Amino acid sequence: MAPEPSLPEPSPPDPERPLLTMSGITKSFPGVRALDGVDLEVRAGEVHCLLGQNGAGKSTLIKVLAGAHQPDDGRITWRGDTVTLKSPIAAMRLGIATIYQELDLVEGLSVAENVFLGHEPTAAGFVVRGREARQSAAGLLRRLGHPEIDPARAVGELSAAQQQIVSMARALSHDVRLIVMDEPSAALDPDEVANLFRIVADLTAEGVAVVYISHRLEEIRRIGDRVTVLKDGRAVVGGLPAKSTPTREVVALMTGRNVEYVFPERPVQLPVGEALLTVRGLARTGEFAPVDLEVRPGEIVGLAGLVGSGRSEILETIYGARKPDSGQVLVDGRPLRTGSVRAAVRAGLGLAPEERKAQALLMLESITRNVSVSSMSRFSHGGWLDRGAEFTAARRATRELSLKPDRPAAPVRTLSGGNQQKAVLARWLLRGCRVLLLDEPTRGVDVGARAELYAVIRRLADDGLGVLLVSSEVPEVLGLADRVLVLREGRVVHTAPARELDEHRVLDLVMEGSPAS
Amino acid sequence: MTQPATPARREGPQPLLDGGGTGPGPGPGSGKSASGDGGAWRGRIFRADVRTLSLIGVLAALALIGGLTQPDAFLAAGNLQLVLTQASVIGVVTVGMTFVITSGGIDLSVGAIVALASVWATTVATQEYGFAGVLFTAVIVGVGCGLVNGLLIAYGGMVPFIATLAMLASARGLALQITEGKTQMVTIPSVLDLGERDAYLLGVPPLVLVFAAVTVIGWLLLNRTTFGRRTVAVGGNAEAARLAGIDVRRQRLYLYLLSGLCCGIAAFLLIVLSGSGQNTNGNLYELDAIAAAIIGGTLLSGGRGTITGSVLGVLIFTTITNIFALNNLESATQQIAKGAIIVAAVLVQRRTTSTP
Repeated sequence: MAPEPSLPEPSPPDPERPLLTMSGITKSFPGVRALDGVDLEVRAGEVHCLLGQNGAGKSTLIKVLAGAHQPDDGRITWRGDTVTLKSPIAAMRLGIATIYQELDLVEGLSVAENVFLGHEPTAAGFVVRGREARQSAAGLLRRLGHPEIDPARAVGELSAAQQQIVSMARALSHDVRLIVMDEPSAALDPDEVANLFRIVADLTAEGVAVVYISHRLEEIRRIGDRVTVLKDGRAVVGGLPAKSTPTREVVALMTGRNVEYVFPERPVQLPVGEALLTVRGLARTGEFAPVDLEVRPGEIVGLAGLVGSGRSEILETIYGARKPDSGQVLVDGRPLRTGSVRAAVRAGLGLAPEERKAQALLMLESITRNVSVSSMSRFSHGGWLDRGAEFTAARRATRELSLKPDRPAAPVRTLSGGNQQKAVLARWLLRGCRVLLLDEPTRGVDVGARAELYAVIRRLADDGLGVLLVSSEVPEVLGLADRVLVLREGRVVHTAPARELDEHRVLDLVMEGSPAS
Repeated sequence: MTQPATPARREGPQPLLDGGGTGPGPGPGSGKSASGDGGAWRGRIFRADVRTLSLIGVLAALALIGGLTQPDAFLAAGNLQLVLTQASVIGVVTVGMTFVITSGGIDLSVGAIVALASVWATTVATQEYGFAGVLFTAVIVGVGCGLVNGLLIAYGGMVPFIATLAMLASARGLALQITEGKTQMVTIPSVLDLGERDAYLLGVPPLVLVFAAVTVIGWLLLNRTTFGRRTVAVGGNAEAARLAGIDVRRQRLYLYLLSGLCCGIAAFLLIVLSGSGQNTNGNLYELDAIAAAIIGGTLLSGGRGTITGSVLGVLIFTTITNIFALNNLESATQQIAKGAIIVAAVLVQRRTTSTP
């Protein structure tokens, strides 16, 4: 089981010699370049933190490292040798184990069976030695500080934290030299997090390297040795010392821009007039505290905040995709039935969701059909579609947004990320929507195509739409919005015109009171 | 066979050409846009055509085999009428099934609903109401079962597989209880006459006309109406459909109602064809209908459906049965051949269908 027991083994471990080097890793998916020449270097015995906003490329990178994705380009060096990780098994044989955020355990099997899944101790090659497996599993669980987990129990009966321990035991059941942990603390309470950190410390003391992904910056400060920050599929910085770099610098790297975007000009005066969208005391327990906001015609209102600040949840609740515990949403002064997407759409709201492919697009269908899907009744008489009128209207909407290519019959999946987003915007333009809710509108959009999207959004506002914008990139919110609401842990902590704020001020507000600031 | 335009046409590069006169003609822009990544979507049209053409090719090959092995019997007008008549009952069921599968669902209860509708419509009590009573009862029982399926799935949150499996068991049980295992003979002359040669219109049996009508209506419904669009949207991405403002649950309810309606119509056709109602009617129709839809090109995962393909699938299966019967071959061999065709068709589709 030990990988490559030959030459390099006897030489004393050189702490400066990297265990793993990934260089120039590139990976594209239809419509978007997820990784654009990423470098990552991990040393034996270190905790290497991987930071980045949603969609920065972290998941893709660790999937490449786990052998689940094949890179289009780039080189991976493992203990001095160039390797190809053809499959998850190949990565595991080398000693690379990955603990995914969505745990990949078989709920119906026992703890021991899960731990040794795929490499069960056997007699005569196929008879599983159950007792031996249970004993070894118990040993691993003891080592992880959880002797109370019974190896014979079904995994489905365990708590999320316990399942994570099982997942870790599975990783350790291999001769592992590098463990990738994808947001391991997300489902844990503080006691369990302390235990997790103890385990990480034990592992690194044994010379195992840990690649640690988390959104919680204070954790990174506590256990991290070095930090690599990903943004837009690139490593904006690699190997930064985790303990001595100011948190604010790390956050600025994550949320900042690495290209100077040209933002469209704002109207000279803040739009006045009756609010199109009014939100009063909207709240969902555990997600966000009562929120009040207004969006006027022609106004772009931005919500700034870190992951977990409740940004997307607020947007989806306004849209009716989540039901609020209390509060009201009014369009043109008329209250909406909450928790109903159809009521929201009928009143003139339109959502461009964060997960475009999963939540907005019909990937097998043409551009036209993706654009017309919310306005079909306009092109039908008694349910009968007037496809000529549909085509003409959809094309008018896509042309208005300069969607490329200008071929309405082309399948939407062949479009680039930016043009897919335009198809979603065209859908609401065609519908005649009054307020656009944009959740991470430039996520998965190539850096070069963003300025054009910004211009489109501003133009829609100039035409009298109200826009509520959520973005994890602070400069994007500041550059595009007229007014900004800063969120921290589900609360609006500050509201101001965008021109009165700058990036530093917003970062201060976003992090104020957090332990690491 | 009916000749609706193939579904491929709706994907035409310039839909204005066949989209009716409302819009302006294809402007100069349409011409110059035929470059860049055009290959990808042009390829899709090509594939859709290939699928339909290959099914027609298989059907033609089968006809050739039939004609060569049994030149007199196979090509007789009477045999053609027989094949089409046999295809009618399962064909109507398959049209409904195609909608359900396109929406990402499944209806395992179709055979049982056909059985229940056929026996309920042929009880002594129902037959007192004559032709209309039988037809009405068959349709209402079908729609009623579809309603139960739809409510359980759309509003009860049940998985379609489970809900319709439960319906399969209950409907069969109820059918057995009604008949007590006996065959219920139809005594209404006007019903029986529909199956007689005298009722043929220009040589076409009335059952085949019903099948043709259901096919045409089904094709139009799927390809030309908002109902069809919503069906495809729900099957392609239910979450996106919901966030686009489509009432996904109501759409699902309608789809199982539609499948039930088709089962009711099929049950009536079966009553006419056999002159009776039996609780064993419609045995394994669910599998035949699913198989026909799948080899026709409808995606089992939803999001893409073709009525033309489904009907061709039904005709292929019925023709195989006919050829084997004419050649006095065992039904065992026939089933093996059907299985092989399903595998071959799906393998061909996997090669021609690119996943996004």
